[in-house]
Amino acid sequence: MMLPKIILSICFFITVSLHAKAQDTTMNDLMAQLENEDKTSTTNYTTATFKTTRLVNGHTIENVGKGVLDVKISHRFGKVNTGGYELFGLDNATMRMGFDYGVTKYLMVGIGRSTFQKTYDAFLKIKFLRQSTGKRKMPISLSYVPTIALKTLKDEDPDRKNYFSSRLFYTHQLLIARKFSEGTSLQLMPTWSHKNLVKLASEPNNLIAIGIGGRQKITKRISLNAEYYYQLPNYKLSGTTNSLSAGVDIETGGHVFQLHFTNSQGMSERTFISETSGQWSKGDIYFGFNISRVFTIGKKK
Amino acid sequence: MKQLTLALAMILITTHSVQAQRYYTKNGSISFLSKTAMEDIKADNNQVMSVLNTQTGELRFSLLIKSFHFQKALMEEHFNENYMESSKFPKASFAGTITDASRIDFNKDGIYKVNVDGDLTMHGVTKKVSSIGTVTINAGKISADSEFPIKIADYNISVPKLVKDNIAETINIKVHCNFDQKM
Repeated sequence: MMLPKIILSICFFITVSLHAKAQDTTMNDLMAQLENEDKTSTTNYTTATFKTTRLVNGHTIENVGKGVLDVKISHRFGKVNTGGYELFGLDNATMRMGFDYGVTKYLMVGIGRSTFQKTYDAFLKIKFLRQSTGKRKMPISLSYVPTIALKTLKDEDPDRKNYFSSRLFYTHQLLIARKFSEGTSLQLMPTWSHKNLVKLASEPNNLIAIGIGGRQKITKRISLNAEYYYQLPNYKLSGTTNSLSAGVDIETGGHVFQLHFTNSQGMSERTFISETSGQWSKGDIYFGFNISRVFTIGKKK
Repeated sequence: MKQLTLALAMILITTHSVQAQRYYTKNGSISFLSKTAMEDIKADNNQVMSVLNTQTGELRFSLLIKSFHFQKALMEEHFNENYMESSKFPKASFAGTITDASRIDFNKDGIYKVNVDGDLTMHGVTKKVSSIGTVTINAGKISADSEFPIKIADYNISVPKLVKDNIAETINIKVHCNFDQKM
């Protein structure tokens, strides 16, 4: 009579242990199954490819959020090679004051005014593609940035017939970016500029440049940035050099500080891409900074 | 022999009943609130996955940190980039049990106060959490609610001095799930 009792207790033991074990793993399996379904049915968009909407001088594919106003104050001091008398350029400064606003998640508008040649500028930044994984896979982000600039500096020769259109400059940029890892992002910026008036008849009105830039995070809140614009030899103004800039982004709550060294004095697209004259090798380097403060105006839902 | 049959029957019954007692949802909500004198910061996640075993009271939650949405776009970015590091730690999860699930009659409408114990994992840190909640049975539908505080320092989330006054040390978490799917 002992045997059935032993069998019974063994059976009972197996049942209980199987029971407990089965439940634990099935619960985890079910969760894993749900997570997998979720992974393939939703699209995961890459965010924060760059810390802010500017790399150094030029745009990144980042937009400000909908209903967000970003006030940007940018300074470029004089050339570092002016020596101690000018306190290495700090005695001279040009400044751009800018207001960027997010109309929608995909459209940002901005206006600015630079002291350099008393220039007003306005731009749109439109997102076309967003890097993503999951249901919809996209290897890159793509944005289009058209800008228009109006130079209001008095005409060089007031006696001749001056047209208003001569003061206008147009720039079209495509921004193609990819966030390769948490800390590393790269961007290509093919750029076409049009100037209604150039100095010499032999000079082109249409200027083409290819920009490349990137950032490398060194801590969660600090990143190193660099950007370079290569001008195609037959589509550049004589006497200009390619713009090369390097800088650091420091983020503190609602502010992003950008400190940088660049051989470009101007801060709007047409000036730094096609009118840079400084050479790094000669010490024509401008120290500068951008300060950005963000205000949320509209309520995002 | 009779006893053996009984034992076999028991195995069958238990395995069978285990299979029929799991409910889940893929759109549960979890929100949190950080309340300070400076500002209130609130975020919602409506894509929370949860599984409940009504027989054993076992409970699982899983969510993507990136699915928390804030009123301010920049807050959302900072939350992901600086505080939760969501690319490094994309998920938060909870594995635990309703310790007094046996008191609930899942076939009868009613509201039951329950205790939940388990492990909460986020930002790469796992901590024991226990909280009280309610399970509501309404027309055969099961829903669950809970509210509990957590200390952000417990999960290795550091807040820079500059914004210390804006982010509360203790965050209140609210959970609401309708377990409307059965499997």
